[in-house]
Amino acid sequence: MSGEKFTKDHEWVRTDGDVVVVGITEYAQEQLGDVVFVDLPDAGKAVKTGGEAAVVESVKAASEIYAPIDGEVTETNPLLADDPAKINADALGEGWLFKMKVADPSQLDSLMDAAAYKDYVSSLD
Amino acid sequence: MMAEKMRSGPAAGGAVTGGTITGHRGLQLEEPLIFEQDSPGATGVDLPQPAAVAERLGELKRQGPIGLPGLSEPQVVRHYTRISQKNYGIDSGFYPLGSCTMKHNPRINEKLARLPGLGDLHPLQPQSTTQGMFELMDTLVHWLKTITGMPAVAMSPAAGAHGELCGMMCIRAAHEATGDPRKKVLVPESAHGTNPATAAACGYAVESIPANDRGRVDLSAFKEKLADDVAGIMLTNPNTCGLFENDIIDIADAIHGIGGFFYCDGANLNAIMGKARPGDLGVDCMHINLHKTFSTPHGGGGPGAGPVVLSEALAPFAPLPYVIHGDAGFRLVEHEGQSGGQPFGRLKGFHGQVGMFIRALAYMMSHGADGLRQVSEDAVLNANYLLAQLKDTLSASFDGPCMHEALFDDHFLKDTGVTTLDFAKAMIDEGFHPMTMYFPLVVHGAMLMEPTETESKASLDEYINAVKGLAAQARSGAVDAFHAAPRFTPRRRLDETSAARHPVLRWRPPQEEVAAE
Repeated sequence: MSGEKFTKDHEWVRTDGDVVVVGITEYAQEQLGDVVFVDLPDAGKAVKTGGEAAVVESVKAASEIYAPIDGEVTETNPLLADDPAKINADALGEGWLFKMKVADPSQLDSLMDAAAYKDYVSSLD
Repeated sequence: MMAEKMRSGPAAGGAVTGGTITGHRGLQLEEPLIFEQDSPGATGVDLPQPAAVAERLGELKRQGPIGLPGLSEPQVVRHYTRISQKNYGIDSGFYPLGSCTMKHNPRINEKLARLPGLGDLHPLQPQSTTQGMFELMDTLVHWLKTITGMPAVAMSPAAGAHGELCGMMCIRAAHEATGDPRKKVLVPESAHGTNPATAAACGYAVESIPANDRGRVDLSAFKEKLADDVAGIMLTNPNTCGLFENDIIDIADAIHGIGGFFYCDGANLNAIMGKARPGDLGVDCMHINLHKTFSTPHGGGGPGAGPVVLSEALAPFAPLPYVIHGDAGFRLVEHEGQSGGQPFGRLKGFHGQVGMFIRALAYMMSHGADGLRQVSEDAVLNANYLLAQLKDTLSASFDGPCMHEALFDDHFLKDTGVTTLDFAKAMIDEGFHPMTMYFPLVVHGAMLMEPTETESKASLDEYINAVKGLAAQARSGAVDAFHAAPRFTPRRRLDETSAARHPVLRWRPPQEEVAAE
């Protein structure tokens, strides 16, 4: 699979070998403003679709980040502890949050592709 | 490097427009930190050298200087006077900070709290010598029970969130007494932010209930979450959108139907005093912020006080100590064995914020029942005046009327390049404490304004005029001016992001700071 999939809660998911990488979208980081702290899950944590997986705190608010699909967290982004601003600078790249092992890959099909997400975001304003 | 940027001095936080030689602006004086004014050896008082004594401290003897700056008495007096003059409080001007009820603190409260017979009491005095204070507390309890229509009050919580903790600990104790502690607490999005935090601190899983398009609890979403592992609901009424939760009776009945309890956050009691009694609405416990509704100082001006009213079902679990009528006057119940109930423990060493009890009772008795009712009427009238005057200029989030506070969002700023934050900073230049911004989260770019009954029509009109003027400036493309605000403050726009990412929590002497970097 190439390209990211998106959730209505503004997370993105990208397949990377046998895991998926999860982050927040450009739209989400813009809405949050400058990120000052990120609370990431422990590796090994089992998460369910829509369940709280992480918390991103900005100068405006603390926002829960939900697991986009069922699975188990395998790794978190080590760069964010010292430099949470990476989320603002490169939300879809170096600002990734965590990687997870997917319980049921078919769940990915229910997420939006880039075009559908773009339409979704423009419907919000 | 951050410490360097944040250190005081006229250049910090942006250059002063039309700077002066000294950095002072008129009689508004720049003021360095007291540690930066250290003149070693300077003191306020000259003491004679002590007589030689035998050294007996051994290893406990101080090894180096303790790091206090040396200053003369006039330097110290000027320092703290200058700092106090930079403060802005309810005594300075309009303070429309939504959800905070920043009302005037009547001076009669202060006068009474300083009466020697009250102010000089010690909590460990024999009870026979503190009967007057017990009677005062008992009278305050009576007023709180009468205003809320509830049968019992726990007086000791020291602030609003402490009161929430007290209420939720009562709920937990009541469930545990039946052998079923339960797991979840439901919290609507329109509740105060401290509510979910309190539930989590009490060991409950928090389930959020969405708001409906009228800014109130989505009743069907709430009912879907009801289950026999739900311990209760924490609801703020009026809620943080400044709206009365008009399904509150249905909500109370439904939570009681599954054996749960109804915690109501009473921070917004200023809107309904003398109009609606929480006891009639099915509430099981509610904290009352004496420092909001009953005019005791807060926001840096004094300790809070958050008594919690309790229903019959929760009263047996109220914390110790409390005052009761005994055979010979009042006495304190301090031990579980004396209580006849199952108190969950203590929240404070003594009886709560007694100084605030005096002030709150002074406020109640000086207003009387009719006066307190008028307080709520005037507070709600003032908020609706703001809403009515500003709804065509700003974007009102929900249809009015509102209760004690008016909520707007940032739709009126769309495509102007000006944000809620910029707007709030520009309000400072116009001489107002900004409204609450970006809260509640249920609307985008929130601006929440609570005028309280304190403000006159003239004061509100001045504010409305300023808000309308700024909105017109924003629409006319003055985006750079907004980004530059505030312009007339001792410091310009502070770098909140760096302050949050790299907080400098303690001043250190320059050489130490260099070493640390």
